[in-house]
Amino acid sequence: MEGLIGKKIGMTSIYDANGRSVACTVIEAGPCVVTQVKTEKTDGYSAIQMAWGDVKEKHTNAAITGHCAKANTSAKREFFEFRNPDEAEASAKQGDVFDVNIFEEGQFVDIIGTSKGKGFQGVVKRHGFAGVGESTHGQHNRLRAPGSIGACSFPARVFKGMRMAGRTGGDTVKAVNLQVLRIMPDQHLLLVKGSVPGHNGSIVIVER
Amino acid sequence: MNPIIKSITQEYLRSDLPSFKAGDRVTVHYKIKEGNKERIQQFQGDVIQRRNSGTAESFTVRKISNGVGVERIFPMNSPYIEKIEVNRRGKVRRARIFYLRKTVGKASRIKEKRS
Repeated sequence: MEGLIGKKIGMTSIYDANGRSVACTVIEAGPCVVTQVKTEKTDGYSAIQMAWGDVKEKHTNAAITGHCAKANTSAKREFFEFRNPDEAEASAKQGDVFDVNIFEEGQFVDIIGTSKGKGFQGVVKRHGFAGVGESTHGQHNRLRAPGSIGACSFPARVFKGMRMAGRTGGDTVKAVNLQVLRIMPDQHLLLVKGSVPGHNGSIVIVER
Repeated sequence: MNPIIKSITQEYLRSDLPSFKAGDRVTVHYKIKEGNKERIQQFQGDVIQRRNSGTAESFTVRKISNGVGVERIFPMNSPYIEKIEVNRRGKVRRARIFYLRKTVGKASRIKEKRS
């Protein structure tokens, strides 16, 4: 599993080779520096730790600066470990740099991001409930209610995991099998088909 | 608009098409693919709106065909548009002349713009 750390720029639409209009998301990905290679022997699991995004010296600390200095690079903003690299990837060394050229046009990638926070939401928006009441026939306050949440003296409690209202969004979400439409290595840009979780400008992980 | 997105979409915008607005009568030469064959179909009518911007821009053309109103929406920057001819410049007071849908006969005429 190899990938890059990047930033969601925003959405637009382009015309593909068949002249069809395709909605796509622009992602600025890489270049990422390998800051640490973790192995079964030393760390108990194998992974490649990558870092992306420069940060000003006053906004970071000595621990991060020192960790990045081992890979001969300046302090970085975001770190991510890509677990279980295959053999070719495991040969990556500290200080190696990867950019969007690790992807190919037409390839399918997965993208991990943090979805947009929606705040405290009811069950209709949060879990797709249909609501209980009707807007007419004498009813007035049950339109978006959850309905019954359990039975009576047996079991005399509400089961765990019952879907209710609460904080919605802001979760880590993975969008799978997004096609790479275009790669622009000069600007470190990636155009993928469809939408990607999160706000514009939020951090995303692009995985092969 | 984000400058990066703007620079990407710039490559897909067409600059070879004439400028026209709502009220103009145009002929759109549109490429149609049938199997492996490609032919060009013409659609003549009045532009009743232009909407969106950038790569997503589109326009609606309305014509009366055999007494039935027909509207067709074309993507402005589609590579399938062979060419657009502007046959007549119309003089209208609004950018979206949807009231044409409710008019019959003489009322559905558009005044020609005199320059």
